Amino acid sequence: MYLNTIALSPERIQRFQEIASTSIGPLIEGAIKYTIPLAIIAFSIGLIIAIFTALARISSNKLLRAIARVYVSIIRGTPLLVQLFIIFYGLPTIGITIDPFPSAIIGFSLNVGAYASEIIRAAILSIPKGQWEAAYSIGMNYLQALRKIVLPQAARVSVPPLSNSFIGLVKDTSLAATILVAETFRRAQEIASMNYEFLFVYIMAALVYWVICFILSIIQGRIEIRLDRVVGKSGGLS
Amino acid sequence: MISIQGLKKSFGSQEVIKNVDLEIEQGKVVVIIGPSGSGKSTLLRCLNVLETPNGGVLSIDGQKLDFNTSVSKKSISAFRRLTGMVFQSYNLFPHLTTTGNVTEGLTTVKGLSHKEAVKKAELLLDKVGLADHKDKHPFQLSGGQQQRVAIARALAMDPKVMLFDEPTSALDPELVGEVLRVMKDLAHEGMTMAVVTHEMRFAKEVADEVIFIDDGVIVERGAPAEIFNHPKHERTKKFLSLLQV
Repeated sequence: MYLNTIALSPERIQRFQEIASTSIGPLIEGAIKYTIPLAIIAFSIGLIIAIFTALARISSNKLLRAIARVYVSIIRGTPLLVQLFIIFYGLPTIGITIDPFPSAIIGFSLNVGAYASEIIRAAILSIPKGQWEAAYSIGMNYLQALRKIVLPQAARVSVPPLSNSFIGLVKDTSLAATILVAETFRRAQEIASMNYEFLFVYIMAALVYWVICFILSIIQGRIEIRLDRVVGKSGGLS
Repeated sequence: MISIQGLKKSFGSQEVIKNVDLEIEQGKVVVIIGPSGSGKSTLLRCLNVLETPNGGVLSIDGQKLDFNTSVSKKSISAFRRLTGMVFQSYNLFPHLTTTGNVTEGLTTVKGLSHKEAVKKAELLLDKVGLADHKDKHPFQLSGGQQQRVAIARALAMDPKVMLFDEPTSALDPELVGEVLRVMKDLAHEGMTMAVVTHEMRFAKEVADEVIFIDDGVIVERGAPAEIFNHPKHERTKKFLSLLQV
């Protein structure tokens, strides 16, 4: 019977142990060398793009607003996989060739920039108008009020949703496997294609992602507690 | 000191301030009263350009803003520094301590060193009776204490004029007195003040002049005793009778 051929015989379990001990190294190496740096770099660049995009979206300048809206609309309205293919496989046809890792950085940064800009925009808009007025009333200009008064409070509001974005990004980086970045999932594909233990190897890869995300959610909790202490219990919503 | 000429402000098609002229002399305390929606808060907010007037000329301490022509953002910022504003809802910065609320403008706007700013903040917090609360955050303070921090924050910028927009309206009754006391002290020190309030006792005791506004125009103005005891206009009489003072 077919079931018998995939049964977990003692020999098979022994084989799993061997595969586990030989492949955990490459998987973790993929995570440390590519998955984690990709996530951190893309998120940092993406946040900067997001802040400027959010400010453009709430600015009084019509052109800035339009540019920001079109950018967010394009990124949110097209699949991330397609964006990565356009950058890595598409651009070389017009003479722009970018290595896998930088291609992934560009793709993921643009993606984070668009999604996080909506979070930051909402956070800025959630700060009461009276905070801007109080800042203006002591002589601050727009940039000073933004930097010293509004953004610190908006940061507290946006930590939980931004943490979700970051955790989502860590998982999304597995798509970089399709543009030849040797990150965790691509390592898993390579290993599985040699030993045909797809279920086992992919579950191992899944565990690597889960451990990273689990650690991240612990860090998120710590940051929230710290910001509560800095911002005050009212969370800027008084 | 303060001069307002032909001030106009509309929200959409609604005219809230209709051609108001007003002079306030140095060191005088002017209390602005009027029914809700009369434009009294808007008038005050026009004075530090939190609302941009649609027309008219503002002048404080020799600095002029002519809203019949276009006005630059920079000149608005400079003009604002002449005034200090105290809001009905305090609007303290919740992420900063009491001291931080007072020093923020000093370091960011005036460019003082942190040390100088803290020194000045301590003096001011002492003046409003909050020396013991300098490291607390706003949410740890009562409404009356928060409003006194707000006054210290405004005073820190050395304004020529203090504007109070219903400073005690959001307070529990037993906390009103401590804020009014600080305001009285300020008045006695010779601060020029424009106060929108419903505290008629404060108006009677402290104001040099009371201005009654209704429907975007100054209906009547005069010494407190005159306005409260012998109002000339029907609208003033009606408003004061509703307040039962």
